[in-house]
Amino acid sequence: MVKAKLTTVLSAALLSTALSTGTAFAADKFVAVTAIVEHPALDAVRDGVKEALAKEGFEEGKNLKWRYQSAQGNTGTAAQIARQFIGEKPDAIVAIGTPSAQALVAATKTIPIVYSAVTDPIAAQLVKSLDGSGSNVTGSSDALELEKQVDLIKQVVPQAKRVGIVYNPGEANSSVVVKQLKELLPKSGMTLVEASAPRSVDVGSAARSLVGKVDVIYTNTDNNVVSAYEALVKVGNESRIPLIAADTDSVKRGAIAALGVSYKGLGEQAGVIVARILKGEKPGDIPSETAKVLELFVNSAAAQKQGVKLSDEFIKSAKVVVK
Amino acid sequence: MSLFSSLGALELGFIYSLVALGVFISFRVLRFPDLTVDGTFATGGAVAALLISGGHDPFVSSLAAMLACGLAGMITGWLNVKLGIMDLLASILMMTALYSINLRIMDGPNIPLITSDTVFTLTQPGSIDDFVWRPALLCVIVIVVKILVDAYFSTRSGLAMRATGSNLRMARAQGVGTGRMVLIGMALSNALVGLGGALFAQSQGGADISMGIGTIVIGLAAVIVGESILPARRFLLITLAVIIGAILYRFFIALALNSDFIGLKAQDLNLITALLVAIALILPKLRRKRRNRGGA
Repeated sequence: MVKAKLTTVLSAALLSTALSTGTAFAADKFVAVTAIVEHPALDAVRDGVKEALAKEGFEEGKNLKWRYQSAQGNTGTAAQIARQFIGEKPDAIVAIGTPSAQALVAATKTIPIVYSAVTDPIAAQLVKSLDGSGSNVTGSSDALELEKQVDLIKQVVPQAKRVGIVYNPGEANSSVVVKQLKELLPKSGMTLVEASAPRSVDVGSAARSLVGKVDVIYTNTDNNVVSAYEALVKVGNESRIPLIAADTDSVKRGAIAALGVSYKGLGEQAGVIVARILKGEKPGDIPSETAKVLELFVNSAAAQKQGVKLSDEFIKSAKVVVK
Repeated sequence: MSLFSSLGALELGFIYSLVALGVFISFRVLRFPDLTVDGTFATGGAVAALLISGGHDPFVSSLAAMLACGLAGMITGWLNVKLGIMDLLASILMMTALYSINLRIMDGPNIPLITSDTVFTLTQPGSIDDFVWRPALLCVIVIVVKILVDAYFSTRSGLAMRATGSNLRMARAQGVGTGRMVLIGMALSNALVGLGGALFAQSQGGADISMGIGTIVIGLAAVIVGESILPARRFLLITLAVIIGAILYRFFIALALNSDFIGLKAQDLNLITALLVAIALILPKLRRKRRNRGGA
């Protein structure tokens, strides 16, 4: 009895999945996209991929089968999505975020994988080198040239000696930035002061712990910080500490300036790589890219609140000025 | 569902069977609501990944991961038994502490194992593909673990542990050292979860700090799904039911991943999974009710 019940449940499950698998036309190209979590920046990457593919002549519904799955923050689900996609044998898989990319790279050595929004693809063992991996993996990384970020800090707050950073020590991308800043800042006569925010509700208190210890607070694209940026702005405005961000959206929310990656642009770069693969190039021959498009956003009202005078020249160089 | 995604679901199902067995021991046998597993799943992965990437033998590394997680579970039990902290709170404290400890262990949030040898690559026969070999090896591991767990719970100590969970006072009156039983049980439970984490890291290309999130939910769901689909009283069958529950849960997720044909979208995944689990829980009850009515 028990056995019969079990088999009915199982067969029902198998039957309905069998019915559900869609069929693609043979001539169509098939691109599957997965992200570790839904998030404005990661969603922008996905949209960028799609738009770039359309520009390159691969349009969904016409000659492209497009499939998207988010792991909703769960690495177990990410692993399962990886298996699922590989089973569907797409022409290329786009992996957005480090855990999603690792799960895919561990699971297939043959299907082309294009990663995006991964800050350090070499440390994550996705590729052996940035110029042509020789394997089935390539992509576009959101690594920022931190030299340019340090220059920005110097431009906005020339007298800064102590740079504070609020970040989640549990985020791979952030810990890479912190490690590099620790080496880089002393070369410009500055030091780094860390404050950790393991959850987004900790961002405010982490920022407050920096008051009196730092001359400026810089933040990278840390997910916790970006999602609770208002808490940081409150501290910056109250204590007159200038805020500099890496995420351009944060400028609208109260940072003085950000020289950031356009995630849409990053996705478009990945999309162009995917198109090259669809047209027959080998992923192993395509070098990994870093963001080509950097955009300077400036907020003059925030500068006033946080006690900084910006030069007209600097404001003019910005792509977007928030007043 | 393709062969590949079915084998993938099976592979994860076997890994989470170990988690489910661990959760079964704490929640069902000891009646100890233990959330430590959200931490120890990642700890297992972290310890294994650290040792393997440092050039140690993957088998030894996996055992070390089990030991570390067993110790963590024991500390949760100790906080409860010796220091008198409420069970649920003790486990929450340990889970929270493990987040930082895991970051320390890995010296960062992520250790990749993509290019390292693992228990899977070392044992893989040349003629079998890795996506077939991984679930096959895991199946063997899970069967061995199940037999060992079953064997332990039929020993004196194992029976004393079951008595501790089902009636603490009675067990104490019979001369069972209940405090010690809780410590051992929690160690055993978390060691199994840690083994799951160690194998997860090796099959999925590395350990990540976020890998433990939601482990308790998956483990509990597996236990309950298993119990409702295969209601049994014999210990051997109960542990089998728990394993089947864990595998079914992964098939539900695979099913949910395939559900876009009825207009559902990626963001509905968790909702679909929850609905499928709910249906799995309700169906056997409905059928039983109907049968009872027919009999009367």
